[in-house]
Amino acid sequence: MTNEKGRFGIHGGQYIPETLMNAVIELEEAYEHYKNDPEFNKELEDLLNDYAGRPSRLYYAKKMTEDLGGAKVYLKREDLNHTGAHKVNNVLGQALLAKKMGKTRLIAETGAGQHGVATATAAALMGMECVIFMGIEDTVRQALNVYRMRLLGAEVIPVTSGTGTLKDACSAAFKEWTNRISDTHYCLGSVMGPHPFPTIVRDFQAVISKEIKEQCLEKEGKLPDAVLACVGGGSNAIGTFYNFIEDKEVKLIGCEAAGRGVNTAETAATIATGKLGIFHGMKSYFCQDEYGQIAPVYSISAGLDYPGIGPEHANLYDTGRAEYVPVTDEEAVEAFEYLSKMEGIIPAIESSHAVAYARKLVPTMSKDQIVVITISGRGDKDCAAIARYRGEDIHE
Amino acid sequence: MSKSIRDAFTNGKAFIPFITCGDPSLDITEKLVYAMEGAGATLIELGIPFSDPTAEGPVIMAADERALSAGTTTDKVFDLVVKIRKNTDIPLVFMTYANVVFSYGIEKFAAKTKEVGVQGLILPDVPYEEKDEFDEVLSKYGIELISMIAPTSNERIKMIASEAKGFLYCVSSLGVTGVRSTINTDIGGMIKLAKEVSDIPCAVGFGISNPETAKKMTEFSDGAIVGSAIVKIIAEYGENCVEPVTKFVKSITDAI
Repeated sequence: MTNEKGRFGIHGGQYIPETLMNAVIELEEAYEHYKNDPEFNKELEDLLNDYAGRPSRLYYAKKMTEDLGGAKVYLKREDLNHTGAHKVNNVLGQALLAKKMGKTRLIAETGAGQHGVATATAAALMGMECVIFMGIEDTVRQALNVYRMRLLGAEVIPVTSGTGTLKDACSAAFKEWTNRISDTHYCLGSVMGPHPFPTIVRDFQAVISKEIKEQCLEKEGKLPDAVLACVGGGSNAIGTFYNFIEDKEVKLIGCEAAGRGVNTAETAATIATGKLGIFHGMKSYFCQDEYGQIAPVYSISAGLDYPGIGPEHANLYDTGRAEYVPVTDEEAVEAFEYLSKMEGIIPAIESSHAVAYARKLVPTMSKDQIVVITISGRGDKDCAAIARYRGEDIHE
Repeated sequence: MSKSIRDAFTNGKAFIPFITCGDPSLDITEKLVYAMEGAGATLIELGIPFSDPTAEGPVIMAADERALSAGTTTDKVFDLVVKIRKNTDIPLVFMTYANVVFSYGIEKFAAKTKEVGVQGLILPDVPYEEKDEFDEVLSKYGIELISMIAPTSNERIKMIASEAKGFLYCVSSLGVTGVRSTINTDIGGMIKLAKEVSDIPCAVGFGISNPETAKKMTEFSDGAIVGSAIVKIIAEYGENCVEPVTKFVKSITDAI
């Protein structure tokens, strides 16, 4: 019999060392209290609006729509948020919660560096100490973000174990939390990990779909036919999906990082290639071998280079409510270049995975249909890496 | 018939060394089991390597990596225990992570564990709240799922101890496994709470690296668990580790 707490279907749970159990229980109790506290919610809303720049725009991509010749394309501009990505939505919520809990120190993992930058930003804003764990590979791929985090006053610890990527950064952050709990909040960046993190992060990111719904109704008088987002752990995707889950006519499509292809070992497409497992505090789908050893996954996108997927996504997949499609490095890079030239918007390489799938999907739809793509972050951070991918060496 | 976990605690203080199977090779693991038993170990923790051992410090993480690079798999570990059981009846427990057992199939893993003659299982990423999923299957096969208490457990200690089986693993310090210079936790107090609700033997682990600390820890507990300090010797001596490990184990069992 499995524990029912924090479950999404069979997924989720709290598979963590005993040392952390009281910490997650304390977090859950604090969250259950503050999520209904008008003062907390007012404070958070003010921060999101005045500091982070919400609501983010829902932009009609006219040229892209004309070019693809199918459904109308809207872009949900999370790239326009302060710090340049959706990550800030969750971080402001968690940092405020941590502060209310009396914590004085934030720790976090980061892949592409966007969550690390957002956490460092919130820590600076709220006068908290901040330590970011980042895979050594990613500190190279995303050197600019390492500098930004340090500039914001955070300590960045390169993680050399394992594949030196997001999974290892996440393990290192969990270990640090085990080591120092009383003054420290682990500001987890995605809808993953043990309960209550998948729920907390989802609730803080749900503002994305809440706004899409309002904005789409205002502009078009109806709901979109499909919403698309990239999926690593899945925080911008769950944010994009959440308020549409009950609206069965809205298709929910998550775009996974297939790396060099789902038929190669160099992929991070969890739904396409993973199987049910238990890791990083949760039961969900993971890329792993026949003995349950976690696979050394690969994607050009540091933010999607993770061997698992959040438990709520795993359940949305099981129930058929959402579909998950793999997108290769090459397709994502082409989409990165496409959106830059077509709309004058440089999307993060993560978000480019969703743009890439939209390029295939939109032409198959009719002109009276609507597709919303969440541009989870901006692509400035990726320019050097994409240039390298195209054989050009630029110095930042 | 092998001895039970309880038997490890019947003759004075228990000493429980941990080694990672297949580090540096399964042959050496087999030799270490016999040598450590000869040096006075009363129960042995056999680690089944995992790619991402989230409760381990750098020493045991590196051991897991070495073992996996050497081609160690869960099935090869089972085969190793079959060999070991031809030569000793010392109680054995597996130490691994939830995904290793889950991906093998909990039922299949439990059956195989019983078949080869291992008495217990430690899963550091399966806390009290999640244990039924594993325990309900393991107990059908008479395999004892070991419970852990930590310095942060506080009011959870009695709840955990009341359902604990085999022995209660008392985590001495915050953080991950690894050698520590001092242990500041009130372990005596933790164990007292546990003993109020259960007569379960209590063994202390995490951070014990020398005979003095082992002795101090067994003053208020029923046994000491040592992992990283032994794995460190294995890392240093490789194929030639049996003699120095034996010496080290002897120094601890002499002290406690």
